[in-house]
Amino acid sequence: MENREKVLEVRGLGIDFGGLTAVNDLDLDIYQGEIYGLIGPNGAGKTTVFNMLTKVYQPSRGTIRLCGQDMAKLNPVTANIAGVARTFQNIRLFNKLTVLDNVKTGMHNSISYGKLAAVLRLPSYYKAEKEADEKAMELLTILGLDQYADTEAGNLPYGAQRRLEIARALATNPKLLLLDEPAAGMNPQETEELMAMIRKVRDYFKISVLLIEHDMKLVMGICERITVLNFGQLLAQGLPAEIQSNKEVIKAYIGE
Amino acid sequence: MAFLSYLIGGLGLGSVYAIIALGYSMVYGIAKMLNFAHGDVIMVGAFMAYFAISKYHLPVLVGVVLAVVVCTILGVVIERLAYKPLRHASSLSVLITAIGVSYFLQNSAMLLWGTDTKIFPTVLSGSLTVGSLSVPYLTLITILTCIVIMIVLTLFINRTKTGRAMRACSEDKGAAALMGINVNRIISITFAIGSGLAAIASILLVATYPSVYPTLGSMPGIKAFTAAVFGGIGSIPGAFLGGLVLGVVENLSRAYISTQLSDAIVFMVLIVVLLIKPTGLLGKKVNVKV
Repeated sequence: MENREKVLEVRGLGIDFGGLTAVNDLDLDIYQGEIYGLIGPNGAGKTTVFNMLTKVYQPSRGTIRLCGQDMAKLNPVTANIAGVARTFQNIRLFNKLTVLDNVKTGMHNSISYGKLAAVLRLPSYYKAEKEADEKAMELLTILGLDQYADTEAGNLPYGAQRRLEIARALATNPKLLLLDEPAAGMNPQETEELMAMIRKVRDYFKISVLLIEHDMKLVMGICERITVLNFGQLLAQGLPAEIQSNKEVIKAYIGE
Repeated sequence: MAFLSYLIGGLGLGSVYAIIALGYSMVYGIAKMLNFAHGDVIMVGAFMAYFAISKYHLPVLVGVVLAVVVCTILGVVIERLAYKPLRHASSLSVLITAIGVSYFLQNSAMLLWGTDTKIFPTVLSGSLTVGSLSVPYLTLITILTCIVIMIVLTLFINRTKTGRAMRACSEDKGAAALMGINVNRIISITFAIGSGLAAIASILLVATYPSVYPTLGSMPGIKAFTAAVFGGIGSIPGAFLGGLVLGVVENLSRAYISTQLSDAIVFMVLIVVLLIKPTGLLGKKVNVKV
């Protein structure tokens, strides 16, 4: 593990909302190619951690380093450009855009032509748009969405919408992909397919994945290591087998 | 023949409303605010063209370019200084600020350029005569300009990355930012396009109705806003359709019913349309999830 490159290094991360400490003193290391699980009971602060990693929230304490780069001064846009992309617990696709256009919004910063070239329809415009179309179609194919390319995102079946969120996030060319409850609302068979898809995506794009999930079968099945949060505090950290047998974790989930 | 000529005149007037309405509609669609200072940007554009063409005797095209450049910059500056600090404020605060900006621009114009009405020179005279029908070239150019703007804008919104980012921002700014789209920049671009279009509309307007004065933008501004609501605010084809219908209704009622009542009839039509279809002609129903 330790001879792999460290993609994310979090030290002493914390955030307060007014007098309430939502997350406190969190340490987290994620290595190149790792699939990492972040779990905990409802309200433990998991999504808050995602919001700090994407700089939607400015942490009150601690440091976040992405591939060695300090993220203190970044905002959501520059954090994305630096290499963090995410999906949302409540699906937030651009419903009126087609599936293809949703993916292409993710490629906003990698498509390069000027506005003038676009208005005057210069060859550079056609070339860049064509390349973007090809890359977007490739992503859609990998996620099994190619047959929906021209459908409005809002009309997709639920499972396909979740996969499209992953495709759109991948289009931003991330180093670290954050998945917020990717299996929520899926049946066991869909969850099974999703697990295979997350592994495939990780191998194909050579990225690391940090995921929040309540489905323990998924978490224990694909995560190499797991962090458990409870009331914003780090409760346990380790391999799936260690977490499963950890008395504190069982207590937090089931109660005394 | 008279009817046809009133109809074409109405389409000309409607084209001006449509171009102004695009600015209202785009800004509403993306920044979710009603920019009531939009009409006064038209006024500034008209003054710029007046000074360039009438006072400094520059070619008409230079006047057009000057008006477009000044209005584009003005629109972006207004957004930066007045609206951007209120990005997370209540929509009522933003609305009152917009009205404030509108008065600020009107009063600054009175102070700088005086309250008297200036006469805009004739830039294009003559008519195209087909049989007994005679259509001024200016009306033709106005309609043509509107059509070209509609086509270019539609292509821009639907086929380019900036247009795509605009549509994304209009749905969910937070998610757009997390996909690496600079939302502030997209809003600036929207204001720039809307204000640039307002400048073009201003010249078409004062070329047809040649008086230039500080409150010149109020009435066309309100009419264009009406057109945007009429067509379905936030919708670009809606602004186009709303503008044209409004212009035609206004011109026909002026010709056949009463000059004094034409505005009242226009607004009555708006009320009737909104009673039947509250989201406007091409507006989409918004589903509120509970």
